[in-house]
Amino acid sequence: MNLATALKAQETPRIVAAAPAGPPAISLRGVEKVYRTDRIETVALQSLNLEVGSGEFLSIMGPSGCGKSTLLNVMGLLDRPSNGEVSLGGRVVSSYRDKDLAALRNKEIGFVFQSFHLINDLTVVDNVELPLLYRTMSGRERRRLALEALDRVSLSSRVHHFPTQLSGGQQQRVAVARAIVGKPRLLLADEPTGNLDSAMGDEIIGILTELNERDGATVVMVTHDERQAAKTQRIVRLFDGRQVH
Amino acid sequence: MLRSTLLIAWKVLTRRKFFAGVSLFGIAFTLGVLTVAAALFDQVVGARPPEVNAHRTIGVYSVMLGGEHMQNNGPGGYALFDRFTRGIPNVELMSIHSMPYSVFSYQGGSRRKLYFKKTDGEFWNLLRFDFLEGGPYTEKDVAEGRFLAVINEATRERYFAGGPAVGKTLEADGQTFTVAGVVPNLSLLRFAVGADVWVPHTTSRSTRYRLESELIGGYTAFYLARSKADIPGIQAEFVSRMKTVPLPSKQYDRIVAVPETVLQNVSRNLFGNRDAVASSKPILIALALFTVAFMVLPTLNLVNLTVSRTLERSSEIGVRRAFGASRGALVWQFLVENVFLTFLGAAFAFVFAGITLAVLNRADLLPYMQLELNARVMAVGLFLALFFGVFSGAYPAYRLSRLDPVTALRGGAH
Ligand SMILES: Nc1ncnc2c1ncn2[C@@H]1O[C@H](COP(=O)(O)OP(=O)(O)O)[C@@H](O)[C@H]1O
Ligand SMILES: [Mg+2]
Repeated sequence: MNLATALKAQETPRIVAAAPAGPPAISLRGVEKVYRTDRIETVALQSLNLEVGSGEFLSIMGPSGCGKSTLLNVMGLLDRPSNGEVSLGGRVVSSYRDKDLAALRNKEIGFVFQSFHLINDLTVVDNVELPLLYRTMSGRERRRLALEALDRVSLSSRVHHFPTQLSGGQQQRVAVARAIVGKPRLLLADEPTGNLDSAMGDEIIGILTELNERDGATVVMVTHDERQAAKTQRIVRLFDGRQVH
Repeated sequence: MLRSTLLIAWKVLTRRKFFAGVSLFGIAFTLGVLTVAAALFDQVVGARPPEVNAHRTIGVYSVMLGGEHMQNNGPGGYALFDRFTRGIPNVELMSIHSMPYSVFSYQGGSRRKLYFKKTDGEFWNLLRFDFLEGGPYTEKDVAEGRFLAVINEATRERYFAGGPAVGKTLEADGQTFTVAGVVPNLSLLRFAVGADVWVPHTTSRSTRYRLESELIGGYTAFYLARSKADIPGIQAEFVSRMKTVPLPSKQYDRIVAVPETVLQNVSRNLFGNRDAVASSKPILIALALFTVAFMVLPTLNLVNLTVSRTLERSSEIGVRRAFGASRGALVWQFLVENVFLTFLGAAFAFVFAGITLAVLNRADLLPYMQLELNARVMAVGLFLALFFGVFSGAYPAYRLSRLDPVTALRGGAH
C-alpha cells in the first residue's frame, strides 16, 4: 500500500520491481487465443506470459484490434484461452466447469465496461445489487451493501433513478458500484473512460485509484489514454496479440 | 433468490408494457378458452353434489347384444340389472334409474315439457342431493307403488310460484304425483342423474320393464364400490355374470356390458376393445394432446416474442454471466419470468372465463347449465399456466443461457 502510494506520487509508470508476497492475482502462461470463423483464423493473443501482482494497478495499452479486450476477458474468466494456462490467486482454472467459473467470477472479480452495460429496466440500486443475487444473502443485506457501494461512488442521491435518467459519467459510476458491491479482489475495466469526456473520465480513474489504494483491490484497466495510464503502476503494451517491451 | 427473480420479472414487465400486453393477451385468451373447456368437462364428469362419490361410482351406460350378423346397442334394460347384477361383492349401494325422458304437463292451463327420470329408492342414498325442502321417496314407497315425486327448483318455480311444494300435487303425462321433496336444479349435462322430476319406477303404466327379456331398455345402473380399489373386482364379477344371461334369440351370441366411469365409457367407445373394460387413460391422453395442440400456436408466438426480445436483453445476459450467473441460474431466471407471465395471464384468463361461463349459463343452451369456476377448474387452469410457462420458456431459456458472455456483451453494445 505504501509502495503503491509512493509510486503514484511519482506519477510515472513503473514496473513493480519485486513481485509481492503470496500468489499473484492473475498469472497467464503461454496464453493463446485464436478465433476461427469459416475461413479466417484470427490470432488475438499469442504466447502471452503475464503476472499481475496482488494489489497492483495495471494498464493495458495498444492499438485497436490488438487483443486488449480479449486479454481482459481471458483474465476475467469470461473467455477460455485456446492454449495456455490461467491462474487466479494461485488456482489454475483450466479445468473449471461453467458453474465453478461463474462462482469464481461472482466472488473474486468485478467488471467495468466501456459501454456501461447497465440494465435499463432496473433502477440504479437494483443494478448494483445484481452480483449479490448470485450469492446467498438476505434482501436486506443486499440492499445495505448496494447502498454502501453507491455511497462510495457518491451516488446516494440517485438510487431509485433509472440508468437512462443519468449522465454518462454517473452511469459509469453506477457500473463501478456494481463492480465493487461484492467486494471482489480484482477489478477489470475495459476502456472505462472511453465513452466519457475527460472530466468524467478523471473522476472514474480517481475512484479506481482510491479502490486500489485504500481497499487494496487489484485493478487491470484497458485504456487509450496515455495520461490516464501514467497514473497507474505499470503499463503492458500489446501489439498484434503480443506483449511488446 | 426467487423473490428477487420475481421482482425483476415484474419490473421487466412493467417497463415493457407493449411486450407484456401482447404476451398477456395471447396467454389470457388461450388459458381462458382452456379454462372454459375445463369447466365444461368438470360439469360432465367432476365429482360434486349429488355425485359426491363419483370416484368410487361406476355405471353401465350402454349395453350391446352382439351376434354374427346382428348388433343391438342401447342403454340397458331394468331387468338385466335387477335380475343379474344384485349382490356383487364390495358393492356398497346399487341403483337403477331411467335415462331422462320428456313428458308433457298441462297443469295450470298451458302445455309444458318436463324431463322425467324413474328411479329406485337407493338412488337417493347413492346420490346426495341437498334437499331444499322435504326429502326423497324411500325403497318402501317405491315397493308400494306410491305416486311420489321429487322436483327441481325450476319446476317448483313454475307450478308452485316458488312457494312450499311438499304435499302439493303435480300432474304430468296423465298421472298425478304428490311432491315429496325439492332439490336444486341440476344440469342435464349430468345426464345420468339430472331431470326436472324424479319418480318411482313403480309408477310406470306397465310392468313390462320387469320382464327378463328386457335386456336393452332406457336404464342406467350405478354401483358404489366400497373403495376405489374394489372397482376392478366388481367389473370382473359383472362381466362374468353377463355370461350367464340367457340371450333373447339365436341371432345373438353375447351380451357386452361393463360398469365403468364416464371417461372409461367414452374411451372404450372411441378407442378400446368394445368388449372389454377400457382404461380411461386413452381419453385423458387424447384430451391432453388436444390441449397441447391448442397451446402450440400461442406457445410459438410467445417463444417468438421472447426470443426476439433476447437481442435487446443480450447485454443483460452478458452482464449477469460476467457477475456470476451460471447457465443454470439464467435458465431458472428466464423460466421463472415466463411462468410469472403466464400466471399473470391466468389471472386475466379466469376473469375472461368467468364472464364467458356466466354468459353461457344465461344463454340456457341446455337446461340448468351451471358451469362454474370452482377450485378444481382453477387448479386445472393454474396447472396449464405452469405447463404453458415452462413449455414456452424452455427453448428461449436454453438459447439465452447458451450465449457465451463475451458475445452477449458485444451484442449488447449496439
Ligand atoms: N468473437 C470473435 N470472432 C472473431 N474474431 C474476433 C472475435 N473477437 C475478437 N476478434 C478479433 O480479435 C482481435 C482482437 O480483438 P479485441 O481483443 O477486441 O481487440 P481490442 O480490444 O484490442 O480492440 C481483433 O482482430 C478482432 O477482430
Ligand atoms: Mg476492446
